[in-house]
Amino acid sequence: MAVLEVKNLGVSFGGLRAVDDFSLEVAKGQLYGLIGPNGAGKTTVFNMLTGVYKPDNGKILLDEEDITGRSNIEINKAGIARTFQNIRLFSDLTVLDNVKAGLHNQKEYIYSTLTGILRLPRYFQAERAMDERAMELLKVFDLDKEASYKASNLPYGKQRKLEIARALATNPKLLLLDEPAAGMNPNETQELMDTIRFVRDEFHMTILLIEHDMKLVAGICEKLTVLNFGQVLACGDTSEVLQDPKVITAYLGE
Amino acid sequence: MKKLSKTTKSNLITYGIVVVAYLVCEILMRTGHMSSLMKGILVPLCIYAILAVSLNLTVGILGELSLGHAGFMCVGAFTGAVFSKCTVEMIAVPGLRFLLALLVGIVCAGICGILIGIPVLRLRGDYLAIVTLAFGEIIKNLVNAIYFGMDKNGLHFSMKDSIALGLEPDGVIIIKGAQGITGTPTDSNFTIGVILLLITLIIVINLVHSRTGRAIMAIRDNRIAAESIGINITKYKILAFSVSAALAGAAGVLYAHNLSTLTALPKNFGYNMSIMILVFVVLGGIGSIRGSMIAAVILTLLPELLRALNEYRMLIYAVVLIAIMIFTWSPKGIALRERYSLAKLLKRREKEVQ
Amino acid sequence: MSFISYLLNGISLGSVYAIIALGYTMVYGIAKMLNFAHGDVIMIGSYVAYMAINNMGLPIPVSILLSVIVCTLLGMMMEKIAYKPLRQASKLAVLITAIGASYFLQNIALLIFGANTKSFSSVVNMEPIQLAGGQLIISGETIATVVACIVIMACLMTFMKYSKAGHAMLAVSEDSGAAQLMGINVNATISLTFAIGSALAAVAGVLLCSAYPALTPYTGAMPGIKAFVAAVFGGIGSIPGAFIGGILLGVIEILSRAYISSQLSDAIVFSVLIIVLVVKPTGLLGKQIQEKV
Repeated sequence: MAVLEVKNLGVSFGGLRAVDDFSLEVAKGQLYGLIGPNGAGKTTVFNMLTGVYKPDNGKILLDEEDITGRSNIEINKAGIARTFQNIRLFSDLTVLDNVKAGLHNQKEYIYSTLTGILRLPRYFQAERAMDERAMELLKVFDLDKEASYKASNLPYGKQRKLEIARALATNPKLLLLDEPAAGMNPNETQELMDTIRFVRDEFHMTILLIEHDMKLVAGICEKLTVLNFGQVLACGDTSEVLQDPKVITAYLGE
Repeated sequence: MKKLSKTTKSNLITYGIVVVAYLVCEILMRTGHMSSLMKGILVPLCIYAILAVSLNLTVGILGELSLGHAGFMCVGAFTGAVFSKCTVEMIAVPGLRFLLALLVGIVCAGICGILIGIPVLRLRGDYLAIVTLAFGEIIKNLVNAIYFGMDKNGLHFSMKDSIALGLEPDGVIIIKGAQGITGTPTDSNFTIGVILLLITLIIVINLVHSRTGRAIMAIRDNRIAAESIGINITKYKILAFSVSAALAGAAGVLYAHNLSTLTALPKNFGYNMSIMILVFVVLGGIGSIRGSMIAAVILTLLPELLRALNEYRMLIYAVVLIAIMIFTWSPKGIALRERYSLAKLLKRREKEVQ
Repeated sequence: MSFISYLLNGISLGSVYAIIALGYTMVYGIAKMLNFAHGDVIMIGSYVAYMAINNMGLPIPVSILLSVIVCTLLGMMMEKIAYKPLRQASKLAVLITAIGASYFLQNIALLIFGANTKSFSSVVNMEPIQLAGGQLIISGETIATVVACIVIMACLMTFMKYSKAGHAMLAVSEDSGAAQLMGINVNATISLTFAIGSALAAVAGVLLCSAYPALTPYTGAMPGIKAFVAAVFGGIGSIPGAFIGGILLGVIEILSRAYISSQLSDAIVFSVLIIVLVVKPTGLLGKQIQEKV
């Protein structure tokens, strides 16, 4: 069963066709990679999937629900969470609060502003439950000891993990990772690969990721779609795609 | 007893400071140790502290620069004063009348906050600052052009002059254009001021340490990320802005009932006032609620205490302001502080002892 | 006829705002800061000219030159002492420092010149022009102001386009880091920006007080704010924007004062600004900067 079905997605920016006729299908529990040379339009696809841009044509179906053109917030509520190319943490909040922010829309923890100001019992109950849940998530990523640290004080690799933890706190059906290994050394990348695989296994998560690091792509992605100049160049099993001469040419030139 | 978390301890200290300061002042007053100058400044201290704390909600917690805070104070002041004057015969109990005036001022200022917030909060940083300044000036200007009166036929309103109100001979002019409102019942006092300050602190601190506060600060730290986890940016921006405005309105009501004459001058409701409050917030530490309060008190007392240097006091104030900014934020200033920080001095002592 | 008269007054006042706004917009574009003290430099310029003409008996051109020199030096000094140390600091910190500088200038003027309103004698020695058989009288000040503004605009645009220093300023406004790597002396460029801005402020002060002779230590503050509004209105960082913003603001102010209410003229001016920004969030000629997701 496909968690994500994208059909003929396209968008133009002021006359430039950034993405054209893009289609994709990600099955439940799959680790899917979206690769391509710089400027191919991969982040643009992500932005359309998460509601940052509205596509000009095409359809996006999440668990058979049409979410095309919906807003950022609605799409997150429908079940897509993402991380960003340049890590976007809430730098002045603590590590714990970053994850608790991710729990904002989860029904069990919602309480009104007035309840918060008046410190009614519901406030204490919800905050305690959020603390527990957030610590659970942090423990999974080995960040629980740094729970009270300011997010900006974490080393880069841990910041990336925190970003993923926060995204998972929103209880998504589909997790989008935008160049998670950017700026990481080989050790960190290896750790990240294990983390991503762990997330998929532990949370039964479906993951679609953009990546340039071929070691990571070859190491964990089960299927790939290659994007070039906004269009799909190839798609299929990882090993096949990586050996496709068209793909090699696109990356290395003639 | 349950162990108190660090934040709870910190908050209790904040409330404690206010309570202790109040008791000390009351004792000094009762035993005749307080000059009339100081007595006169007690309510203004509360007013400025409330203004600073409420502005910090917008500037420090939401992260948006507002240069029109005095406008909300103005709305609160005038609506509260109008209510008091209109009901001065109907409601004979000053306490109740003041409480209702307070509610009127808070609600009106809060509504203004929502109305202004909707167009303004979409703008980028510097533009938002300028538009809030513009709104502050517009409010002050409009209030100066209003004529409002009451007689047995009801309420009368005009933008032209007193005569256009068409009042009966026994009617009362409440707002007289640029002359403002005279004869406001002086219901404010230090105790009420401190209570309002404590309530303001409780509201802001509780708001910040709650789900809503986290959402607001998330928007401040990274709007795009906040959106990506489902936080409704517009809703929370307007919420923060209007709570901040409502509290400024409360300060305004307190201000209006501290004097018998209320006029909207550039120095009390114009951008000069907005800027002065901003200075309190920045010097107290953006985002530090306790800091804003303390800075407001110290910086209001300072010119008064420097009265001896009368002619030069504002000049000294300006120099001190610039010096503090440079000391706090310039690379050389930061390096100086690092070298001579208390922690390092203590460490050096330890090394010497060994 | 009276409409044209008001219109011309509006353009004249707007020219003053434009000259002031140019200073704001240049400093904002190049040094990336809001120089809140700019309005008060205008006031200092007016006082210097006043002292030169009345107390020192210097001829008018010399007085104006003296005013320009003093303000230029003042601007450069302010930059060096108060703003340069904070170049890496947050924008809010610099804004507060600028506010401190503004308070400082106002109070120094208060100390030296006193709070009494001084009556500024106009520097313009032109007879008013009479048109349409005496029905339309254009004062010499009005003409001088508009001409000065146009000349300044033209010179500034030429300077920015054709001189090396002007190119340096454009480069620093785009990317100061890269400009430095290209060998541009960023410090000198920023100093120059403040120098030019402050010189313009002196000219604006002299022209403003020639048309509206009341001079107090607080005379510069409101025009400063309005000029800032004009700069934002036209798109902050854009020189033509400052010009258009200034002129439009002056016209709106004078026409509102004449036809609607002098009490509400300020409110109307500010309302127009808000409406423009709500419709066009970066000002009339401002650039849209998209944040990369």
